Amino acid sequence: MLQNNKVLSLEETAIALRKTLLTTIYKAQSGHPGGSLSSADLMTVLYFDELRLRPHQPKWPERDRFVLSKGHVCPVLYACLAMRDFFPMEELDHLRKFGSILQGHPDMKRTPGVDISTGSLGQGVSCAVGMAIANRRDQNPGRVFCLLGDGETNEGQVWEAAETASKYQLDNLILLVDHNGLQNDGTCQDIMPPRDLAEKFRAFGFQTYQIDGHSIPAILDVFERIRAHQGGQPYAVIAKTVKGRGVSFMENVVAWHGQAPNEQEYLQAIQEIEEGLS
Amino acid sequence: MKALRDAFGDEILALGRENPNVYVVDCDIGKSCKTLEFARQLPQQHLNVGIAEQNAAGVSAGLATCGKIPFVSTYAAFGSMRMCEQIRQEICYPRLNVKIACSHGGLTPANDGASHQAIEDYGIMRTLPNMTILVPCDYYSCRSLIRAACQWDGPVYLRFTRDPVPFIYRESDQFEIGRARTVREGGDVAIIAAGAVMSLALQACDLLHSQGIEARLLDMHTVKPLDTAAVTAAIQEIGRVVTVEDHNIINGIGSAVCEVAAGLGRGVVKRMGVQDQFGESGPYFDLLEKNGVTAQSIADTARSLVTGEN
Repeated sequence: MLQNNKVLSLEETAIALRKTLLTTIYKAQSGHPGGSLSSADLMTVLYFDELRLRPHQPKWPERDRFVLSKGHVCPVLYACLAMRDFFPMEELDHLRKFGSILQGHPDMKRTPGVDISTGSLGQGVSCAVGMAIANRRDQNPGRVFCLLGDGETNEGQVWEAAETASKYQLDNLILLVDHNGLQNDGTCQDIMPPRDLAEKFRAFGFQTYQIDGHSIPAILDVFERIRAHQGGQPYAVIAKTVKGRGVSFMENVVAWHGQAPNEQEYLQAIQEIEEGLS
Repeated sequence: MKALRDAFGDEILALGRENPNVYVVDCDIGKSCKTLEFARQLPQQHLNVGIAEQNAAGVSAGLATCGKIPFVSTYAAFGSMRMCEQIRQEICYPRLNVKIACSHGGLTPANDGASHQAIEDYGIMRTLPNMTILVPCDYYSCRSLIRAACQWDGPVYLRFTRDPVPFIYRESDQFEIGRARTVREGGDVAIIAAGAVMSLALQACDLLHSQGIEARLLDMHTVKPLDTAAVTAAIQEIGRVVTVEDHNIINGIGSAVCEVAAGLGRGVVKRMGVQDQFGESGPYFDLLEKNGVTAQSIADTARSLVTGEN
């Protein structure tokens, strides 16, 4: 029953998160809604259940760290941070504006709660590996979570980092792949077939899970299994998702990778999210 | 004679023993970058990420966010170019405390040929905001500057060379980032140099002295932030400057000095270095000579500035 309440509560939070991030992009008239929406359920469970954080002490040394390797979907991260009170909600109105703490891609020097600056794809995984090694050697219990895109795995550096994570047996590192099947110019299958991502990470020495990235119970369950698992291996969660999830006209449409909605589209999107189309 | 890469091996070991947060991130060339002893004695402060320099930059950035002071150890060609965008995005932009420590700078991996000769490295690094660039010329100044880099809060690119070079300084000499060292005092012409070619510049000073010309020789070990006060003084007080470096004459120390001279609207600067061409396999001093960098040619260039002959 408790678990059911938790799921219901997180599902409500996910709706609020989607509305908040879309409103942020709409007001900025710039940003990346597709991948923000596909990762919204993963981010909900991370920021409202799994990550050990202190919003009023963002640099708490023993916090769980989060690396948004697919930095372009920062509206979802900014919305989480604001909803968790890392900074006032009003800051969201200044996304991508001159002088804002909320840059077009995450900037650790400007935004409380951002653990590393990202935006150039493929690099965040390496940074996450460095953090996990430091924590391991310092006997710091903080874990490192890193969200990357499926298109992002085109970058060779992802696999260099994966090898390193495996070599150093980083079981305090959890990679989450937002496997929505679309990238900037088209489907992953057309641009650069990803083949079996779970199999690939397994071959690189990861303990690997495949889940429905829009099922709150499945996401809760996978984190529970990871916490219970002890094997000296890093973790990779391949989360099957839908780009633009929750907004009918955005779902699985490449064009919504990096385009802001107009007023009519925005109003329809908010209504669909509220009605819980997903 | 002692190689700068040996200075790195010796100093990084000393620093690592003093401070458990000093890390070395190797890229499978620890043997030639002289980090093997560090790895043996301080395994908890050492990583080897294999032949994966881009990853090394990102891993180091992650380490730095956790309070470590990582020194990525590789060759200059890879440290400045293979890792360039990673350095820009994950190290310079967030101004993280990562040091890029590169051996085999300039033409010094002479026999290895053009692929390994980094003639563009600090010119590229110079355009990155927040980057500090150190190009030491001998064993003792190199050790002092590595120590200074470790104490400097922010990204530093350190450029070492492969082969033994003559001692210029004493062990007790201390060097400060951003403060050029006057190696010779003189008022007829200024020679501004850095790195392994310093001994050629010194020989040139001796040749000039025998001809009655006194050269001021500046060791511009910090390419960025440039000691503009020292350059300005050379231009205001002397006005005739020769720059000497083992680097492309484009965007190296010569260019940096020209930028100061242009701002002042005075001074004549002759740039000596690699003539915007790739290197090749061969003895180091033959490669320099092919680019017009010898003690005699430095002296001739300086003298022509003084006498007005070309």
